[in-house]
Amino acid sequence: MAKNDILGESLWDAYSNKVTTLMNNPQHQGEITEEEAASHGNKLIVADFGAESCGDAVRLYWEVDPKDDKIVNSKFKSFGCGTAIASSDVMTELCIDKTVQEAVKITNIDVEFALRDNPDTPAVPPQKMHCSVMAYDVIKKAAGMYLGVDEGTFETEIIVCECARVSLTTLQEVIKLNDLTTVEQITDYTKAGGFCKSCIKPGGHEDREYYLVDILDDTRKEMDKEKMAAAADAGSKGDFEGMTLVQKIKAIDAVVDENIRQFLVMDGGDMEVIDVKSTDENIDVYIRYLGACSSCTSSSTGTLYAIEAALKEKLSQKIRVLPI
Amino acid sequence: MQAYLDNNATTQMDPKVLEAMLPYMSEMFGNPNSLHKFGTKTHPALRKAIDQVYTGIGANDNDDIVFTSCATESNNWVIKSIWSDLMQHGDKNHIVTTEIEHPSILATCKYLEEHCGVKVTYLPVNEQGIIEAHTVKSFITDRTALVSVMWANNETGMIFPIKEISDVCKEKGVLFHTDAVQAVGKIPVNVSDMDIAFMSFSAHKFHGPKGIGALYIKNSRKLTPLLHGGEQMGGRRSGTLNVPGIVGMGEAIELATTNIEEKMASIAKIRDRIEDELLKLEDVFVVGDRANRTPNTILISIRGVEGEGMLWDLNNSLIGASTGSACASADLEGNTVMLAIGADNELAHTGMRLSLSRYTTEEEADYVIKAFVDGVHRLRGISSSYAKVGPTTGGEVRECELHHH
Repeated sequence: MAKNDILGESLWDAYSNKVTTLMNNPQHQGEITEEEAASHGNKLIVADFGAESCGDAVRLYWEVDPKDDKIVNSKFKSFGCGTAIASSDVMTELCIDKTVQEAVKITNIDVEFALRDNPDTPAVPPQKMHCSVMAYDVIKKAAGMYLGVDEGTFETEIIVCECARVSLTTLQEVIKLNDLTTVEQITDYTKAGGFCKSCIKPGGHEDREYYLVDILDDTRKEMDKEKMAAAADAGSKGDFEGMTLVQKIKAIDAVVDENIRQFLVMDGGDMEVIDVKSTDENIDVYIRYLGACSSCTSSSTGTLYAIEAALKEKLSQKIRVLPI
Repeated sequence: MQAYLDNNATTQMDPKVLEAMLPYMSEMFGNPNSLHKFGTKTHPALRKAIDQVYTGIGANDNDDIVFTSCATESNNWVIKSIWSDLMQHGDKNHIVTTEIEHPSILATCKYLEEHCGVKVTYLPVNEQGIIEAHTVKSFITDRTALVSVMWANNETGMIFPIKEISDVCKEKGVLFHTDAVQAVGKIPVNVSDMDIAFMSFSAHKFHGPKGIGALYIKNSRKLTPLLHGGEQMGGRRSGTLNVPGIVGMGEAIELATTNIEEKMASIAKIRDRIEDELLKLEDVFVVGDRANRTPNTILISIRGVEGEGMLWDLNNSLIGASTGSACASADLEGNTVMLAIGADNELAHTGMRLSLSRYTTEEEADYVIKAFVDGVHRLRGISSSYAKVGPTTGGEVRECELHHH
């Protein structure tokens, strides 16, 4: 929070004048009857979306000229708040004089844009962006009815955030490319989750098939796997510095087994690798002497030098061996 | 003309209250805890205000009424300090409350659940929007530290059986707290014959100033302070006394509770007239029996008219009301009270609350009735719920596609 957020925004003050005007006096509110459409030789399409019990409902009326698929007249009825009524009104206006095939390309973002007083100022506060989504849904449904196809065929990709129309593949790419770790970052980069917030996590305004928290989680897991695979490849190629910690310890143990351990055991001692810490300049291998070695005077001189030399030669010049 | 029918949110201050407060915002500015005359000059007015508040709720002299900044503070204080006094190191771990409490109860309980391992039972309300004493009783265990049930609900105005619930708590040996914010000043509240350990209330709900509330504590029971500091009010609540606030609260409670039955009757008369007129509309219903409701409140559901839209139309007529519709909230979350009561969920989208005060006039009532009915007709004219031409083949809604919560 900061100074401008202390009082919080007044919901209605954030509506554009156009939203206010259309809520007070919608231009295309009404119905088209079967007789009316038939008398012009046109086809009537009436589609519902939503229901009163879910808080929003819209009914879209299209009078379509069957010769050229043109929507010659359109009306709406809406149960909803001010922005839902204004969105429905503008949606209806955008449909008129378009063909059904053109109309189906109208998105909620077009509807919101058409409600703006000027191109740079959003017409509604973020949480109300959701109201325009229903306009998009009902158009798809009407078009599906007219063309005799399933409305799902109009959507070529999986849309996770309907308010900002951000797809699953976009989200996955952005997370990977920018190494994003939080939902807030996703919203900053893509706007997804910045409006009605339903898509962030379960329990929001409406149930969703995909949630940003899960997408982030899954994508991060995938990224970890990819990293791991890259490291495994590095290991098999003998690239010590590119290996994971476990691989490094295994590689060190292998060198110790082959070149060092037999001499230590002969003298009644042994050693174990405790940890490996990598910086840009050094790879520090922490070891502990066991048995006779722990009291042997050469353990900090000759023996230590021999271990370090073997590891440097076999694995990396960056290695330093540090007894603890 | 304009009309303010959102008095359950806040009220306009009585001019007499302002008059009583003004000297303590100017020439009588002293700190009552100072030894000099500037400070002690405030004492007579404070003593008077304390008397007025004690009388207003029927408290005894051996009870404490501690002034706080608001009822939210009072509610936080009780719940958090019951935790530190009885649960943090004690053998209790359980609170019983209701689903329809104010957020200052619910959010504080949630906080204790998440951070302190406290168990909380949130009791659901019945179709009348209340909870009965036997229900409360059945959820009290030997590990229950506190029962917290509001006296009257802010959305519905429904009055809870506080006497019976306090009896149940006494019988079970459990402390009882009630958030009486919507009751004090609206209906008779007398703590003297009840076993109420703690009661929260706030001045701005009964034509007093904002920024001053109180917590009633029976028999000066020990309760760890929420605000530590300069030991004001006997160390129970530190912070320089809000002298004008306390003076205003005293004056306001006296004005509200004097002849309260008469005031209730005249408010109820106007309320009932508005309600009767609105009930003449088709497809509407009002929540809760009038007889068991605060006399100023109507919660009405209007089919086919979404709450924010209705609020908009009323606002265009300069009428202030309230809706529980999720669409009217900043976070699109449905109102918990509406969801808890509205079994079929309709109320969560179509509920409108009108809350009157002693300032509401007959003329305003006429004006509101007309504007309300006009708004319903206009919005039903746009509403898909009242459209005549139905969907063509395939255009029906198969189910609620939106899955709102």
